[in-house]
Amino acid sequence: MKTITEPTRGRRARQLVLRTPGGALSLRVPARALLVGTTLLLAAVAIAVVNLSSGDFPIPVGDVLRSLVGQGDPGTDFIVHELRLPRALVALLVGAALGASGAVFQGLTRNPLGSPDFVGMTVGAATGALVVILLLDGSGMQVAAGAIAGCVLTSIAIYLLAFRGGTQAFRLILMGVGVSALLEAFNSYLIVKGRLDEALAAQVWLIGSLGGRGWTEVTIVGLTLAVLLPVVLHFGRHLNMLALGDDTATLHGVRVERSRAVLALASVGLAAGATAAAGPIAFVALAAPQLAARLTRSPGPGILPAAGMGAALLAGSDWAAQRVLPDTDIPAGVVTAAIGGLYLTWLLAREWRRGR
Amino acid sequence: MRLRAENLTLAYDRRVVARDLGVQIADGSFTVIVGPNACGKSTLLKALARVLRPQAGTVYLDGAAIASLPSRQVAKQLGMLPQSPVVPAGIAVEDLVARGRFAHQRLLRQWSADDEAAVREAMAVTEVSDLADRYVDELSGGQRQRVWLAVALAQQTPILLLDEPTTFLDLAHQFEVLDLCAELHEQGRTVVAVLHDLNQACRYATDLVVMRAGEIVAQGPPAAVMTADLVEHVFGVASQVITDPQTGTPMVVPADRHRRRTPRTAA
Ligand SMILES: Nc1ncnc2c1ncn2[C@@H]1O[C@H](COP(=O)(O)OP(=O)(O)OP(=O)(O)O)[C@@H](O)[C@H]1O
Ligand SMILES: [Mg+2]
Repeated sequence: MKTITEPTRGRRARQLVLRTPGGALSLRVPARALLVGTTLLLAAVAIAVVNLSSGDFPIPVGDVLRSLVGQGDPGTDFIVHELRLPRALVALLVGAALGASGAVFQGLTRNPLGSPDFVGMTVGAATGALVVILLLDGSGMQVAAGAIAGCVLTSIAIYLLAFRGGTQAFRLILMGVGVSALLEAFNSYLIVKGRLDEALAAQVWLIGSLGGRGWTEVTIVGLTLAVLLPVVLHFGRHLNMLALGDDTATLHGVRVERSRAVLALASVGLAAGATAAAGPIAFVALAAPQLAARLTRSPGPGILPAAGMGAALLAGSDWAAQRVLPDTDIPAGVVTAAIGGLYLTWLLAREWRRGR
Repeated sequence: MRLRAENLTLAYDRRVVARDLGVQIADGSFTVIVGPNACGKSTLLKALARVLRPQAGTVYLDGAAIASLPSRQVAKQLGMLPQSPVVPAGIAVEDLVARGRFAHQRLLRQWSADDEAAVREAMAVTEVSDLADRYVDELSGGQRQRVWLAVALAQQTPILLLDEPTTFLDLAHQFEVLDLCAELHEQGRTVVAVLHDLNQACRYATDLVVMRAGEIVAQGPPAAVMTADLVEHVFGVASQVITDPQTGTPMVVPADRHRRRTPRTAA
């Protein structure tokens, strides 16, 4: 039989097979995704170390590392452990949580716009936080709890509104955008009605800043990741099957509705935990999975590369936020919003050109 | 009977396709379902594969209601080639076929030697090994059809449901796929296939199921079932049924244009 060789688009990702002799453990991962994921994670950590070393009191990177392994002098230890480490960790963990959350949600909706910040979950979290700050006079942990509650409630509301005998991703996204606009208006109303000092605190929270984050925030987002990352990684294989359509997934033994519910809840949880710790950080959940997918050249947003990309993006944004303008510490949320805006414009322009 | 259904009412929302439908799939049979377009063949197959939940009635697998069995356990017993599966963008052929192993995989055992062998064999018998690195959305209709068949075969199930496995295929590939089904059947698997070509159906089936408007109007060995009256009743086509000179099975020869009455019974 004669076959005509046709040109192929790019090269298929090579798979790396890992198998123990007994066969008790066997894995098959795209080699490129593994490489990209590891590189991104290392890059994120490197940026974080740079952030630890720079500031009003510059500390040589060597001293920072010594202090991190518990061999620094007391002065350095204080600055690194008490002042800078929480902030750096929050950046890494929140970035990773947002990246993973976005990857799962985009995988579920099979749409690059299907991300927690785009469909109004983070706005819902903000509403929860504002209600606590402005109406209940709460602070600290209470604000975080409010944010988580707001995020979860909003997600449930969007789901119920979009649900009509099974959910369609597109309807979910449109409904989310609508709800998001409504809540945005409500948030502005709350701020306008609030007392000036409280309104200012609320506004700072709203922009999403990493300044002044302490071990409480590290704990919030760290716990979130510790619980939910294993869940999404386990169910990540289901995500691959769901991409083939509900019928095919069912045929191969996936309990479609349950898998989808677990993944959606975990994604919401990750976004909620991240937002509770750092405020609504814009665009990381939207952009990180897509950027990671470009690098790994894989069809779907891989969860671990997206998490690595999110961590690197947010750590980098935090570095830029502290260094770009002299004497001002602009919130990292502003930087991610700026980067994200550029990215979104580029994405839309590209899709538009391709569509013509 | 490992696979059977009783009193099925099959519907999409309020569009009822079949009422009080029962069917038994003989173990180790090569059952072929024939019938006009829209008579409910795919719908029945989907119900048997628990992809479509019946509004009433029950599908039984090994004596238990299929809906009550763990989905993964069912997926190890019963596989299906859908009529028109979603074509995923940007997935390479080999990676798609590998996903056919999902039911056999575990968190720590994601790519066993068995998985690898099953995928390689499924791709070999469907002649898609050469396409391994190509993207599924860039294949021809026939190539794609064989890739989906490979996905179903990689699942390695004793019961295999195939919805029009020969569509999109040229004559040579049609017979290759049918021969492959016959081989699987000879190896002891139960094969259920929907086919449109009545002569191919008669050649390969051990058991023929004839459907019309959501009902099963005849079931049995092709030689006993396939008659000119049946073809007239089910398809509204006048014909002569002769003996296939190659195989000795029934062969339907439609009447000449002027003698073929055409009050096509709509489904
Ligand atoms: N997803 C669906 N939603 C609503 N109605 C459907 C759906 N799928 C099939 N139907 C309807 O159910 C009836 C039976 O369809 P089915 O697909 O079972 O026919 P079929 O016998 O497989 O036909 P064909 O030979 O064309 O494949 C048809 O009237 C069809 O329009
Ligand atoms: Mg059909």
